[in-house]
Amino acid sequence: MSEPRLLEASGLTLHFGAIPALVDVDAELWPGEVLAIVGESGSGKTTLLNVLAGRVRPDRGVVGYRTPDGELVDVHAMPAPALRSLHRSDWGFVQQNPRENLRMGVSAGGNVGERLMARGERHYGDIRAEALRWLAEVEIDADRIDDFPRVFSGGMLQRLQIARTLVTHPRLVFMDEPTGGLDVSVQARLLDLIRSLVARLGIAVVLVTHDIAVARLLAARIMVMQRGRVVETGLTDQVLDDPQHPYTQLLVSSVLAA
Amino acid sequence: MNPQASGYNFAYLDEQTKRMIRRALLKAVAIPGHQVPFGSREMPLPYGWGTGGIQVTAAVLGADDVLKVIDQGADDTTNAVSIRRFFARTAGVATTTRTAEATVIQTRHRIPEQVLREDQILVYQVPMPEPMAKLEPSRAETRRMHGLADYGLMHVKLYEDIARFGQISISYDYPVMVNARYLMSPSPIPAFDNPKMHRMAALQLFGAGREKRIYAIPPHTDVRSLDFEDHPFRAIRAPHPCGLCGAEDSYLDEVVTDNRGGRLFVCSDTDHCAERRAAGLVGGDGVAEAAE
Repeated sequence: MSEPRLLEASGLTLHFGAIPALVDVDAELWPGEVLAIVGESGSGKTTLLNVLAGRVRPDRGVVGYRTPDGELVDVHAMPAPALRSLHRSDWGFVQQNPRENLRMGVSAGGNVGERLMARGERHYGDIRAEALRWLAEVEIDADRIDDFPRVFSGGMLQRLQIARTLVTHPRLVFMDEPTGGLDVSVQARLLDLIRSLVARLGIAVVLVTHDIAVARLLAARIMVMQRGRVVETGLTDQVLDDPQHPYTQLLVSSVLAA
Repeated sequence: MNPQASGYNFAYLDEQTKRMIRRALLKAVAIPGHQVPFGSREMPLPYGWGTGGIQVTAAVLGADDVLKVIDQGADDTTNAVSIRRFFARTAGVATTTRTAEATVIQTRHRIPEQVLREDQILVYQVPMPEPMAKLEPSRAETRRMHGLADYGLMHVKLYEDIARFGQISISYDYPVMVNARYLMSPSPIPAFDNPKMHRMAALQLFGAGREKRIYAIPPHTDVRSLDFEDHPFRAIRAPHPCGLCGAEDSYLDEVVTDNRGGRLFVCSDTDHCAERRAAGLVGGDGVAEAAE
């Protein structure tokens, strides 16, 4: 591994009152890699994601991000404007509930174009062409560009959210249960879409999921969390086929075989 | 000069309040376009009638000032007459309807057609100082957006207009960037007046009484209306000459004259129109200035 890491975190600790949400967590991510964080509800997956993305400040520990110039910056020591500009250009965040990320009163095209305009694009024709391109990329018909998201189905909303996030070509995307709440066939198509986009664009992804199958399909490496601690980490196939920690064994054995 | 009514402090407000407002004004001038909070007082007129503008005027008014008040461009509407008389009584200052003679001009919804000078102050009445209020309901969030100069959302609104109507459909209160830093509401002036704000020689002060905010544009400051490169800002004006004075470059009011669809387009700036007529200019529907 001669390539420098894109994201490196060490010693992350965070308590919510007396509850330990994160205990001494280390994480690292290389460019273009997909890392899955799995575990049951309340194990600290989403908290870890928020801390890595600079949205929640840990009690202790550092999160370092390597900028395109090769400089390692401390995400939590950054001034707010710098973090904000990172979030709207270099990074993306895909929520479980697309309604939290999308503007429901703004057309699909406006939703996709917002990050472009926030970045300083000021040519309507270019913004619209780019929005159309991205809608096609996530398999939404071009004639839906002026429709409001509230008339979209759940799966379409999630695809629209992905288009909105990827339009600025981020290097790193945080995904929180991107397939949660969707039925199985829609989930399968969405996973297929995410997998092909991520592979083609070389985006690094930190993916939080409780679904082992999603992790196996998308991620190269996996971190298993329990009560705020990382209990096992390694290559996805290795961890899932030959789990060492009792909790991972329990997790893997409790998956229903289809 | 008018005689000042007894029982009032000069210009109605007490000196401490005027100092507080002047401090807010100084800060506003130092950070062009930034909304400065101030302790807005109860005034003897309802919110929406110019409580913000009247407090700013009270704070900047001196005994030698000549005050002009306009409402939608007119000097003779209830709001303009009342506020002008209010200061004539409580401050004893001279008042005028002539733009060129005034040193302080309080305005609602218009900028005078005549180019303003460096020794003049233009005070705007502002109902809603936050330009993104209709797009982002949280005031905490809009403050953060101003702090980080994160104005993508405002452009999303313009994008939506073009996608739906083929053009930017904002005709008044058209958002501007001040000094290439702060997004600002120009108060509900017609978009036609926006270009006049750009590098205006006069000091422009904005007061929002109900929302308790003051902001300002110092003289000769850059003020740009938001737009897209391929959909540039256009100042819209009714395509007619003024019916009374024949002006073809002034902002017009449309007046319904009868029940059979009769229309008269006249200058919204009454002083501008009157001065042109006094100089002998007559429009298609006007009569030569002789009887008056």
